[in-house]
Amino acid sequence: MELRSRDDMVRMYRQMQRIRQFEEKVNQLFLEGRMPGTLHLYVGQEACAVGVCEALQPDDWITSTHRPHGHAIAKGVSLNSMMAELFAKTTGCCGGYGGSMHVGDPDVGSLTAIAIVGGSIPVASGMALGFKMRRTDQVVACFMGDGAVNEGAFHEGVNMAAIWDLPVVFVCENNRYGASTPVEQVVRLEKLSERAKGYGIPGITVDGMDVLAVHDAVAAAVERARFGGGPTFVECETYRYVGHSRTDTRGYRSREEEQEWKLRDPIPRLAAHLRDLGEATEDELRAIADEVAAELGEALRFAEDSPSPAPEDCLRNVFAEEVALR
Amino acid sequence: MSAPTIETRSMTIAEALREAIREEMRRDERVFCIGEDIGIPGGFGGAFTVTLGLAEEFGRDRVLDTPISEAGIAGAAVGAALAGMRPIADVQYADFLFCAMDQLVNMAAKMRYMSGGRLSVPMVMRAPCGATTRAAQHGQSPESFFIHVPGLKVACPSTAYDAKGLLKTAIRDDNPVLLFEHKLLYGSKGMRAEKGALSPVGEVPVAEYTVPFGQAAVRREGCDVTIVAKLLMVYRALAAAKRLAEEGISCEVIDPRTLVPFDVETVAHSVRKTERLVIVDECPRTGGWAGEVAAEIQEKAFGCLDAPIVRVTAPDTPVPFAPVMERYYVPDEDDIVRGVREVLRWR
Repeated sequence: MELRSRDDMVRMYRQMQRIRQFEEKVNQLFLEGRMPGTLHLYVGQEACAVGVCEALQPDDWITSTHRPHGHAIAKGVSLNSMMAELFAKTTGCCGGYGGSMHVGDPDVGSLTAIAIVGGSIPVASGMALGFKMRRTDQVVACFMGDGAVNEGAFHEGVNMAAIWDLPVVFVCENNRYGASTPVEQVVRLEKLSERAKGYGIPGITVDGMDVLAVHDAVAAAVERARFGGGPTFVECETYRYVGHSRTDTRGYRSREEEQEWKLRDPIPRLAAHLRDLGEATEDELRAIADEVAAELGEALRFAEDSPSPAPEDCLRNVFAEEVALR
Repeated sequence: MSAPTIETRSMTIAEALREAIREEMRRDERVFCIGEDIGIPGGFGGAFTVTLGLAEEFGRDRVLDTPISEAGIAGAAVGAALAGMRPIADVQYADFLFCAMDQLVNMAAKMRYMSGGRLSVPMVMRAPCGATTRAAQHGQSPESFFIHVPGLKVACPSTAYDAKGLLKTAIRDDNPVLLFEHKLLYGSKGMRAEKGALSPVGEVPVAEYTVPFGQAAVRREGCDVTIVAKLLMVYRALAAAKRLAEEGISCEVIDPRTLVPFDVETVAHSVRKTERLVIVDECPRTGGWAGEVAAEIQEKAFGCLDAPIVRVTAPDTPVPFAPVMERYYVPDEDDIVRGVREVLRWR
């Protein structure tokens, strides 16, 4: 593991706290009936988004999935605009046109999330192709779940990135289940990263509950991509603590299995690491969590105070120019 | 005062499309071509020769050959467009658009909307359509599927002038545009020449021009019946109109040129004059473009209609192979003449 500064690690800790607390807050708000729509929570997988995005530059891009909150926050989308989007307000990062499954902000390199499983993979390769043609040195990190590796779009998108040495890193968050279906029931391989062999690109599997391990692996892959070495497939072994979506009561897996994974929780794990190194005290870490809670309270007020779109705004933003639609 | 003379040259639709691409690639370095077999040395220059010779001028990085991966091609075009490029993507047959449907319908068409207007997908998808004795999976006219997708524009050039002008407009448009090109209208030469092709050669100005979207062209003026037709059907409608004129029946033939946006006003204006409408379409009948035009016109000009609107379309079957069956399947001059007589029965 490379040496990291205290500031880097503390920032990763704060980012994971921001995602965890955001998800817990929006879950509560949903259960209270204060938000429309559906919800795919990222709780448990924070080390993946943070480890990846900390390895990217501000002008690099990510593509995301139907479970995008953590990715967007890690890449720098503000909690205000995230919360406002979930509240379907005009100040949301998609102006109320996208909702939970499409959060993102082009200003910080977070592509409006693509909620079709695997659908973002050819798009990510295309973005990387565009950056390569424009010689901008930008890199794309393409998030996907374990389910995506069985989509045809995965094959076509990864293969194109491979044959053209495109600057993209494919990040597969293997959280063990596609909705309720266990991954071992739908893939014959030991490790999903073995898929990479079929495309002639490097594939590695890392502990997705360890933010520093994810960061190390992805930083190397980003470096390789940026300097013309082509794509890498990084599998992060992780776990979502919650159901697939808001109605999922997780009857397909045991509470014991869940407890085992929670023992590996990435947030206390990094906290312990920081304390062991003498880089942060318990009080300092608690202060960070409190600051995040305050930031979240502010985001909630911002979202609630923001205006809703007019009903007829649904007729806008279909084309680049305003067209009279009915 | 005499009209200024415009210097023109004769060319086929394939040549006109190629010239549009060449001019736009010279004008804007963001424009590039991506597709199967489009730039391979010794290859065909795309299935119908449109990109022939472009790789020699612009290099194979800007005339980018892909694996056989239509979803990948469409997705790569979406992504490259999001990253600031202006891709012209290419599928060999419009039938293969179905392989790319998710990328076109869920991504290309919706990224702007889902982002609240913050993203643009300025891409062109070119697709050769039309029945040409290649049967059910290489002869479809799937335009109607795409007019049903909000966020996509759909252009259907039937002349060399329009092919060049519409493609240039499509490349410069900030929205995803599908350009349907009829295989019997290309005028492709040599090995890729089509049996039974109409291959209309048209005059194309030497000077720079574009053809705006949403402006229909009146191909023939008339006062008894309005015929709306696109692509190959324009020529069959014109042939029918000519035959009917010998009997003293005067048909106005309108070519919409773009289906989205659709110039309903030009059609409605014509129908207010003729009071009768026949729509000709190579797409299958049910849920098709012809039905959509009929609905628009009965809403806009019901009071003017003296007869029910007649659709002359392909039947609700896959495209057959046997030439005798295919000839029955695709609307022809006789079918259109019958359609016109049908609306004239209502006096």
